[in-house]
Amino acid sequence: MKKNKNFKNNLITYGIVVAAYIVVQILQSTGNLSSLLKGLLVPLCVYVILAVSLNLVVGISGELSLGHAGFMCVGAFASAFFSKAMQTAIPSDGLRFFLAILIGAVMAAIFGILIGIPVLRLRGDYLAIVTLAFGEIIKNVINVFYIGIDGNGVHFSMKDQFSLGMEPDGVVILNGPQGITGVPKSSTFLIGIILILITLFIVLNLIDSRDGRAIKAIRDNRIAAESIGINITKYKLMAFTVSAALAGVAGALYSHNLATLQASKFNFNTSILALVFVVLGGIGNIRGSVIAAVVLTALPELLRGLADYRMLIYAIVLIVMMLFNWAPKALEWRERYLGRLFKKSAKEGK
Amino acid sequence: MSFLSYLINGISLGSVYAIIALGYTMVYGIAKMLNFAHGDVIMVGGYAALTMMLSYSAHPFVAVLVAIVVCTVLGITIEAVAYRPLRGAASPLAVLITAIGVSYLLQNVVLLIFGSNPKSFQSVVPVPDLKLAGGALTISGETIVTIISCIVIMTVLTLFINKTKAGQAMLAVSEDKGAAQLMGINVNGTIALTFAIGSGLAAIAGVLLCSTYPSLSPYTGSMPGIKAFVAAVFGGIGSIPGAMIGGILLGVIEILGKAYISSQLADAIVFAVLIVVLLVKPTGLLGKQIQEKV
Amino acid sequence: MKKFVKAASLALASAMLLSTTAFAEGDTFKIGGIGPMTGAAAAYGTAVMNAAQIAVDEINEAGGVNGAQLEFQPQDDEHDAEKSVNAYNTLKDWGMQMLLGTVTSAPCIAVEAEAVNDNMFLLTPSGSAVDCITAGDNAFRVCFSDPDQGTASAKYIGENGLAEKVAVIYDSSDVYSSGIYATFRTEAENQPFEIVADGAFTADSKTDFSVQLQQAKDAGAELVYLPIYYNEASLIFTQAAGMDFAPAWFGVDGMDGILTVEGFDTSLAEGVMLLTPFSADAEDELTKNFVAKYQELYNEVPNQFAADAYDGIYAIKAALEKSEATPDMDASTLCDLVKVAMTEISVDGLTGTGMTWSAEGEPTKAPKAVVIEDGAYKGL
Repeated sequence: MKKNKNFKNNLITYGIVVAAYIVVQILQSTGNLSSLLKGLLVPLCVYVILAVSLNLVVGISGELSLGHAGFMCVGAFASAFFSKAMQTAIPSDGLRFFLAILIGAVMAAIFGILIGIPVLRLRGDYLAIVTLAFGEIIKNVINVFYIGIDGNGVHFSMKDQFSLGMEPDGVVILNGPQGITGVPKSSTFLIGIILILITLFIVLNLIDSRDGRAIKAIRDNRIAAESIGINITKYKLMAFTVSAALAGVAGALYSHNLATLQASKFNFNTSILALVFVVLGGIGNIRGSVIAAVVLTALPELLRGLADYRMLIYAIVLIVMMLFNWAPKALEWRERYLGRLFKKSAKEGK
Repeated sequence: MSFLSYLINGISLGSVYAIIALGYTMVYGIAKMLNFAHGDVIMVGGYAALTMMLSYSAHPFVAVLVAIVVCTVLGITIEAVAYRPLRGAASPLAVLITAIGVSYLLQNVVLLIFGSNPKSFQSVVPVPDLKLAGGALTISGETIVTIISCIVIMTVLTLFINKTKAGQAMLAVSEDKGAAQLMGINVNGTIALTFAIGSGLAAIAGVLLCSTYPSLSPYTGSMPGIKAFVAAVFGGIGSIPGAMIGGILLGVIEILGKAYISSQLADAIVFAVLIVVLLVKPTGLLGKQIQEKV
Repeated sequence: MKKFVKAASLALASAMLLSTTAFAEGDTFKIGGIGPMTGAAAAYGTAVMNAAQIAVDEINEAGGVNGAQLEFQPQDDEHDAEKSVNAYNTLKDWGMQMLLGTVTSAPCIAVEAEAVNDNMFLLTPSGSAVDCITAGDNAFRVCFSDPDQGTASAKYIGENGLAEKVAVIYDSSDVYSSGIYATFRTEAENQPFEIVADGAFTADSKTDFSVQLQQAKDAGAELVYLPIYYNEASLIFTQAAGMDFAPAWFGVDGMDGILTVEGFDTSLAEGVMLLTPFSADAEDELTKNFVAKYQELYNEVPNQFAADAYDGIYAIKAALEKSEATPDMDASTLCDLVKVAMTEISVDGLTGTGMTWSAEGEPTKAPKAVVIEDGAYKGL
């Protein structure tokens, strides 16, 4: 019975994504798609994947992570580096991008394991601050990497581009704080949608699996879970690593959408933004994350008409939405006055 | 000699982190929430003092007082409007995100009022620089005042919390809100008082931050805010002496890291040390070890 | 739980549909502007948009271009490449025919990649990184490129024998600053001075410069080269004064604006040399006029960014006149005409007289070395 309900619920989530794709395709073919929306399609996919992946850690595993942008950063740079270095070796755009995404995901997963092992020993706010610290370290370290390729192979320096000692024909691929420029623009909306569906498939199946139930048991009561023989470290690390890998995928999609990539993008604010998506959409609610990521990414763009007041209104809207969605009084009020209006959607939402 | 001078510079930077961290840790200790808008309240304090001095040519002392009043009122308002309705929400993360919203709001309101151009802050500190070893070492007047302020604030806060009725009420609220309420403590009032004090401290921190590093823009508060948060965790968040020690240590590590390892990796070094400290001592240097109940 | 979010997303979706292409075939030239107007780099973007608006209003008052009026719309990019592309697309929906932007280097590279595909004319007032305009022949810039500035500075210091031991303090997390530093270092090898200390800082730690200054002092630097913006420079001067370190200072165009920081003690900047094409106290009629107007409207003294933007709009005007373009042309047709005209015009502006452009998009103008004396610029 329960299983059926979950299954139906998940189908709705997939359905929303597929429907969004179809609607966009129809709009595009009838020429009703604005340039802004066209440009926003891939970033929307990036943030949806990022939000879903973070929800796995925050909502399902119950750990507050403030450094998720760090994994996105690893994925973005690893994949962009690969694409740039292999631009001539692998002429097929599709194959190169596919491999780049895989590399981004694997590298981010490796970092997820490396960081997860020490971090997951901690709890609560201390865990949060250590993830923040790792996120900042990743950003800072990539900022001092200089990597170039010439006839003699790969050169690496942590000082500046002159220390690479390259032949005149060499190309600097990763140029410290200036990052990587000229990454081939391989990301498309279709690939983004496919990656979202894969992400949803992985996360939703993990949640409903035996492993997922173990992870949720740890979240709800660590000591009780431990006492019935659940291996805490293993399951926490599993959620953390899968989440990191998916953030890496988001990074790969991001870096192949813009001609320029700097580590400074993946700072504390980006991590926080991902957390805002998760909390606003409902902690542990995957479909909520998808919707919140779309709404909050599109909102500042649609407020452009407000000119100088844009970010001010955005801040106010964010606060009001948080109060409306979370404050006990607001929930009570909604129950009373809007309950009837949304009765049907509330039922299927839960 | 240059090591000593780096050390002094580190203490000078650290004292600024410490005074910001005191406000952070105070609010966290009682209300159990990370107030990410704290750095922006500091920035508002800086602008309030600067406006008093530039537009009304007020005496620096008056300007600081006005800044304290402005920030206290601001702190109480933020708490009442944005944080109090979320008390009792299903997840403590809700109020964290709202705090981020408040942070954006403060930055953008100040941006609209004062514009984006950074303003140069005139030091409010009348104390002259202290020259040691025949002028080879300099301790700035701002550093001396900041450190003294830190110690005074630390002592007064500790005494206030331990010796007064209102302070005891704060301790009770931080231990258990429900039980405190049953004992007849006004929980909302106590938390509002905590925010009032924390924001008043933010004003002092803002003025001293801008006196030491005299540049003020709508985003001045955010980075020192994050660093001070790190400092507070470093010392054991919730612990008042811990915030002071954490702040100073953070400043010293940052400056020595810059000087002897790499100026570009200074922040990475700070965060790496933080990670090591937390792995060895998971609740910070002076944090209380909390026993988990089954 | 998500009822509200659901309702909001519906509202948004419908808003998106409504905001689709309202392409106006008008009788005005539509110029878009992109730059940071919120966020940590807001000061630069705001200056550009303010000055561009002044130039557009002046031109319109004087009768417009080829009988048509100019229309200018600024968009905020928060100094973020992704937001910058969004801003670009928003402007395209508005019907932009030419772009003045973007203001900062990294977003400019991203936007230029889009603009090349659309064959949209792009003139960046202040995007100084080499890659800002290399993707296609549609892109030009008003300011100097980073290599130009770094090389010119090193040459100036070497040829005038200003110092033998030079220290550099630069922002390694900033494309502009690290770009100039890189070329300065390359050129320094050919010059009779030695770089004895290079102190980097990053955007996350740009309040305390005591270590970089101490290292420069210990290395015996006689001159400190500062390829950074004036805000950090003002902090460096204050802190250097506190530690009794008084070398010669040498800055680049980002230093311009130091004298106008509200509340800054200008005596600290006494003797600072900088290469800048613009100075707000210049005595010529054009500059005086512009500065007065800017101050009246925005209550601030304009800086380098503002001057570049003002010249940018006038360069667009000159190119439109030269090519005899009309406002009913689409962006791509305009671009083909204007990019040819750009290489044929010569503009007398705030940042130089007789400015010309190469087909690669680089401007030709002479950097002026000035020194700060008694709180004002003096030509060297």
